[in-house]
Order: sequence, then C-alpha cells, then structure tokens
Amino acid sequence: MAEIDALYQALVLEHNRNPRRYEVLEPCTHRASGRNPVCGDRVELYLRLDGAVIEEAAFQGEGCAISTASASLMMEIVAGREAAALRELFADFEDVLRGRRGPDEVDLGGLAPLANVRGFPGRLGCATLPWETLLRALEA
Amino acid sequence: MSAVQESVVAGGGLNPELLRRDFPVLEREVHGSPLVYLDNAASTQKPQAVIDAELDCYRRYYANVHRGVHTLSQESTAAFEGARGRVRRFLNAPSEQEIVFVRGTTEAINLVAHSFVEPRVKPGDEIVVTHMEHHSNIVPWQLLCERTGAVLRVVPISDAGEFEVADVEAALTARTRFLSLVHVSNVLGTVNPVREIVAAAKSRGVPVLVDGAQATPHMPVDVQELDVDFYAFSGHKIYGPTGIGVLYGRYDLLAEMVPYQGGGDMIRTVSFAGTEYADPPARFEAGTPNIAGAIGLGAAVDYLLAIGLERIAAYEAELVAYAAEAMAEVPGIRLIGTPRRRAGAVSFVMPEAHPHDIATILDQQGIAIRAGHHCTEPLMERYGVPATARASFGLYNTRDEVDALVAGLHKVNRLFGLDT
Repeated sequence: MAEIDALYQALVLEHNRNPRRYEVLEPCTHRASGRNPVCGDRVELYLRLDGAVIEEAAFQGEGCAISTASASLMMEIVAGREAAALRELFADFEDVLRGRRGPDEVDLGGLAPLANVRGFPGRLGCATLPWETLLRALEA
Repeated sequence: MSAVQESVVAGGGLNPELLRRDFPVLEREVHGSPLVYLDNAASTQKPQAVIDAELDCYRRYYANVHRGVHTLSQESTAAFEGARGRVRRFLNAPSEQEIVFVRGTTEAINLVAHSFVEPRVKPGDEIVVTHMEHHSNIVPWQLLCERTGAVLRVVPISDAGEFEVADVEAALTARTRFLSLVHVSNVLGTVNPVREIVAAAKSRGVPVLVDGAQATPHMPVDVQELDVDFYAFSGHKIYGPTGIGVLYGRYDLLAEMVPYQGGGDMIRTVSFAGTEYADPPARFEAGTPNIAGAIGLGAAVDYLLAIGLERIAAYEAELVAYAAEAMAEVPGIRLIGTPRRRAGAVSFVMPEAHPHDIATILDQQGIAIRAGHHCTEPLMERYGVPATARASFGLYNTRDEVDALVAGLHKVNRLFGLDT
C-alpha cells in the first residue's frame, strides 16, 4: 500500500481538489485541446506568450486526480519560461515515467510529486496528457 | 462434467467456492492479495474444460474443416459442427442452420446491418436503437444510415436506467424498418423486457435484433420464447474463447439474405460467369473459421448447461443485489443505473476520486474493475459523467469478494481524505 499512498500523496490530492489557474484565459495567443480516448480525460489549455516567454497560462478539463494534478502543477511551472526549457523538462519527466532514468538522476523540480506515477504503467498517459497538450499548443 | 460441477449440481444451489476450482486463474495473487476479478462484463475467465477443449483440438485432431477426406479433417469438422449443435441447444434455436459463427457480437450486428437491413431501406426510413446501447449497436447503424440515407432514432431511458415497452412503441413509426436493442446493459445492468418489446415490434411488422452479449452469461436465453429474429452474443463473455461469437437468425430470414463477405466456404459453385451462394449458415462464414475457438465455445456452453443457467441466474441475482446494496452505502458514492431488474454490472462514481483513480487503488488490493466510458459515450452523456467505475459479476464471484470491494471503496475515500 505504500506505493499507492505515494501516488496519491497530499500535494497531488491538494492540486486535484484545488487546481491552480482553472479557468478560461481570454485573450490568449496559444491554445490546444488534449484528449485521452482510452479514459475520456480531456484538457483545454490556454497560453499567453510575450515573444518566446509564457506570460500566463490557464486550463480547464475533466480527468482523474493524476491528470488534474499534473495540469495544475504545470501551471506553477510554466509562467516565465520558454518552450525549449519546457520541452527539456517534459523529456526528463517522460524518462523517469518510462523508467529510462531514476527519479534521483533528474531534477524534476515542481513535477517531482508525480514521479511515483512510474510504478503505474496504466496511468502514464494521465500524467503526460497536459504536457503533450502544452507542447502542441506551443507548436501552433 | 467435472467432479466439482457434479457436487455443485447435486447440492441444488450453486456453490461458488467449488466452482472457483474450475478456473485456474482465480488462484492467482495480484499485488500480494488474492485476485478479486470483477471485470466480467468486459470478459470472463476460462474454466479448465474450455482450456482443455482448445488444447485437445490442437494436440490431437486439428485440421481444416469441411470437405476434408482425411481423418483429422473429419474429426475437426465433427467437433466444429458439434459446437454448433451445442450452441443451438444453448439458445433453444429450432435448427443448427440458424447458428452462424462470427467473431463476436460486433461482427454479428454488422452482418445483419449489411446483409439483412441495408437492402431493405430507402432514404428516410428509420432504424431504432435505445440510449443504453454499446457502441457496437450504434456505429454499424450510423454507417448504414450514411450509406443509405436512413435515419437513426433513439428510445430514451429514465434516470433509473430503464425504458418501458410503451417508450419503444412510441419510437416505432410507419418508416421503421428495424429495431436493434440490448438485452442487458453493459453499464447499467438493466435487464430489458425483451419478449414484450419483440412482440410490440413484430405486431407492427418491424424485425428485431437483440444484442445478448451481457445476457447470455447470466440467464437462460430461449430465442423461440423471445420470438426474436436475430440474437447475437460473444464467446468470451460466457467463459469461452475470444474471437468467436454467434449470430442466431431465423432461417427464413437468413435464407433470403445476401452474403456478408465473399470467399471460400460460402459458395455452392463458382465460375467467372457467376457464383451461387451456399445455404445458411455457410453463406455467412466465408474463409477458414475460428475452429478451435468454436470448439472451446462448445465446451463453455456445455459447462454452463451442466451447472444450469437457471441456477446461475438465481445465484447471481442474489449476489448482484447484495453488491448494489452494499456499494450504495459507501459514503459519497452514486450508482449509475438503479434498475428494478439487474444482471451483471454495477456502475458508480465517487466524489473527488475519478473512476481511473478508483480502479488503480482497487488494483493495488488485487481487485479488478473497469473504469471508463465502457463503449457507451451517449449513455455517459445522458448521466452527465465522463466515465464510470464498473464492478461486474460472474458465476464464480462471492459475497466475500463483494465485501473486499466495499472495503476497497472505503480505502478510496480515505486516500482522498473523506470520512468513510
């Protein structure tokens, strides 16, 4: 049971209950929708960029605690950062989730509470959906 | 019949503790706990008799069926056609020629859409389904409507997850060419009054297909008593193999239907001037069939008939009522579907914990349930939920397992910081 307690640790549950920046951001410069057809999770992501820098972000959607917490944690991470750095962070995050690198080998920063998703292969898509949506929004 | 089964039958009622010994996988542990398998509406586990029947085919007498002169082919054909006879008995169909082997319920419905309904509809004609259908009984009709200009009409359901015979009657018009409905809902567990509905449709000259995928595991089905035109089910949901299923069709209807697929085994004679089709059921079984799968299905049918479908229905009705009642008492839980007559499935949602969170937490305790839209997105929309968690029961499930599930649901609440 230790694993499940670590997956649903207090910070994850707190973000699920009170997701940050859970709203529509208008006007925005970038937006994208993400959907996981396997489980029906969906996320709407809104970004306002100033040049290459994300000035403001917001999201709405429907999903499990892991995907909601992942999107909410992302809100605390992205402001003031550029696409390239976020791409790098997500690559590190995926490396940890897919077991290519250990959680101690990588500095996940604000995403560290979600490193435990790596023990639950069926749930990786929940954690990555908001990030895949973010990268798509930034490409648009 | 296994010794275990005999002792069960001799006892009058069904003793699941004895039956469980017929299912090797139920001995397994998952994450350190005994497996509690409550995903039977998605697929059922296999008894040793089914495993042995497939193994025996491949080890002793496997060969291609039909037209074979050599011994193995004759033995394979006898076993394959023997399975057809067992299925005929299972459904109480008048004739073996009315039993068409297909891949599963989905293929059976597609076959009827193409070969029976499509040639009979014109633009503006109507096909009727209900709001509680699986995607497999929605999408084939939408495709047919796109091809023909026909219109799909939907019988609404109540908040409890039911419809009345009168609701179906109200959806039938002078333009209705076909009614296709589910016998038992894979999400709500609702058992629909199929016999009355078929009678109402037929009195208006509307032919009916019943999707029996979720009914055949849980209750006796008699196609003559139901007076249904077509009845479909899947082998893997009645403790048989995957990739094999059955379409029952009234012979006079099958006989006037065009083939579904062309190929070997479905013809009488072929020449480049023209081809004459075989009689049913061969007309609808193009290509080499799932031989071992059909033989395994025959073994599954024998297994269920030996226990007795009435006995299974009585045991499961009591178990699923106990489950629904116990689950409803978990703080915060909302059951999706509260039908008067339920079989198999109990769907639910909980506060804060999404169905996928519930499924993950239960899995850590060895409890297998399903979370998602269950291939019924229109039904999810009807209840205003993106997904549900679903526990679904079979003949080997016990009250102890229900209690383990309920304890697991309390654990979900605790993990999410709720009083429970």
